[in-house]
Amino acid sequence: MNLFEALRIAGNGLLANRLRSALTTLGILIGVTAVILLVAVGNGASVQINNQVQSLGANVIYVYPSNARGTGGVSQGFGSGQTLTQADVDAINNRQQAPDVVAAIPIAQSGGQITYGNQNYFAPTTGTTPAFPTVRNYQLAEGSFFTDDDVNARHRVVVLGQTVVDNLFGSTDPIGQTIKISKQSFRVVGVFASKGGSGLGSQDNVVVAPITTVWAYLTGGRGKIISQIVASASSPSVVTQAETEITTILLQRHQIADPTQADFQLQSQQDILTQANSIATALTLVLGAIAGISLVVGGIGIMNIMLVTVTERTREIGIRKAIGARRRDILIQFLIEAMVLSGLGGALGIAVGALLANQAPNIPAIASSNFPTPVVSAPSVVLAFCVSVAIGLFFGIYPANRAARLHPIEALRYE
Amino acid sequence: MITLEGVTKTYRMGKLEVAALQGVDLHVGRGEFVAIMGASGSGKSTLMNIVGCLDVPTGGRYLLDGTDVAKFDDDQLAVIRNRKIGFVFQSFNLIPRTSALHNVEMPLVYAGERGRTERAREALGSVGLADRVHHQPTELSGGQQQRAAIARALVTNPAILLADEPTGNLDSVSSVEIMRLLANLNAEQGRTVVLITHEQDIARFAKRVVELRDGRIVRDERSAA
Ligand SMILES: Nc1ncnc2c1ncn2[C@@H]1O[C@H](COP(=O)(O)OP(=O)(O)OP(=O)(O)O)[C@@H](O)[C@H]1O
Ligand SMILES: [Mg+2]
Repeated sequence: MNLFEALRIAGNGLLANRLRSALTTLGILIGVTAVILLVAVGNGASVQINNQVQSLGANVIYVYPSNARGTGGVSQGFGSGQTLTQADVDAINNRQQAPDVVAAIPIAQSGGQITYGNQNYFAPTTGTTPAFPTVRNYQLAEGSFFTDDDVNARHRVVVLGQTVVDNLFGSTDPIGQTIKISKQSFRVVGVFASKGGSGLGSQDNVVVAPITTVWAYLTGGRGKIISQIVASASSPSVVTQAETEITTILLQRHQIADPTQADFQLQSQQDILTQANSIATALTLVLGAIAGISLVVGGIGIMNIMLVTVTERTREIGIRKAIGARRRDILIQFLIEAMVLSGLGGALGIAVGALLANQAPNIPAIASSNFPTPVVSAPSVVLAFCVSVAIGLFFGIYPANRAARLHPIEALRYE
Repeated sequence: MITLEGVTKTYRMGKLEVAALQGVDLHVGRGEFVAIMGASGSGKSTLMNIVGCLDVPTGGRYLLDGTDVAKFDDDQLAVIRNRKIGFVFQSFNLIPRTSALHNVEMPLVYAGERGRTERAREALGSVGLADRVHHQPTELSGGQQQRAAIARALVTNPAILLADEPTGNLDSVSSVEIMRLLANLNAEQGRTVVLITHEQDIARFAKRVVELRDGRIVRDERSAA
């Protein structure tokens, strides 16, 4: 029996009970729609995270202080210790010792209320050096970044991210204006171009000042704390070499022989990307699995209907056997019926799911929120279709096998 | 071509055993036209089902073309039914919601043969249903349905035609038509026909009459034709 015949016979069987077939298909349709939609949301979140991490600057390597478990018995640091110094930064910036590093900058973080006139805003203030835009991949939209002179003289100047400008200034030109951070006055010298991206950890929600100024006026005399060093490798392919160079320099400078005892930690942008991706993948899988449950429910619906169909058509099965249908002919006929039901549900479910995913950004509530734009990927579509057909196969096997095993005489006698 | 040697068939219903056939010896040669008669419950249909390879005997041997069917499995029996045997039932047994043409094509579908549509049309034409090929069973009269069923039985060109009370649901005019058709198939095409009937009038078309009583053959007569 060829496939065309099998499909025609299966189609006849399904058309004989249109409403029933449609309702059974609906079960799978809803399941597949849910899978497509939720996986699309997961993918969207993944894209969003990737974009955000990517916008932090390519080729970036972070150096954090860590608990030093000094072998000499003297504990050198505690908590987020103060093991990193400006001298470390200078050493990494030495091209002879670290040829694959373009630039390294120290970072000192400080929180604080920011005010301009009667406007209030909260954003973290970052103390750093003039290589900041290069390393962190920022463009200036207006004004200019601060200079080495500003750092040396602890000038109270700041460069603002777009979000901060929007919140404080409205339509006023911020350049040359004076804002207050923790009640200290700062002059705005530059504004970063927006990096896009939104929500948590937005790259536009920044206030950057010379590190010396931050130490002097904002970190409250807690000393010259460097919370991290950010270095940028000359290309993505040399990130690993650059990491090795930085590790060697710092181990040597901190006089640590055993790398496992290091009082600092390195993390590259790629590490973060990998981590973020694995989180996003896990999210997608969890969402998909939840939706998958409804597919199983749909599959049980198919099994149920196929059992009813086989019983109703017992006599027909007997006739087919009498005129020469073998077990596998009957088996295939009912399996194909089940797979047509589920495959049709799958195809329609994909269409509905993709449509909803496409229309999601047009829904005002979603557009205005930070909800990720759903991304329907080709593999998820192919997978969803295959899975739905496979569900028909899986849940169709038992009823089809029942049909195939019927005894011809008993089947012919069935009323 | 059909040889039964001491064939018995016992149905088991829980603790109760029903001996439907109690030792049947029968030989039907090529080109014979046999009518099987007997009271209700005498085992006619049981015998027919065994001859048609729809069921297997409990005891004894059934040789079809010299081969003991006991050694065939379900699928091999299906192939034999498909190639060698054509069935005609009392209740027509056409597949519902399926046109006469597709019904007649069905055995060829299972045989995996080519040129199905033409052969099915031809078979329908030979039973006088050329103008009814696209009708569904519900759109045909009883006599027409039975003729479609005969076309389906013939389409694989089987050597044996088995008919279990083919006229049982038909009026006398249609009955005679169907019997003429079967008699012609026997006389002109040399097909072996085994027919079950209650009625003497119908049995008269056959060249040989076998009578069953309580699962045994009690009469086996050839009419001088
Ligand atoms: N599947 C079955 N299970 C149990 N007993 C059965 C079964 N099929 C037939 N019998 C019994 O076997 C005996 C013969 O039945 P069969 O159908 O062969 O009779 P028949 O001669 O064809 O009768 P009729 O003229 O009414 O069709 C009957 O007593 C019947 O009750
Ligand atoms: Mg009977």
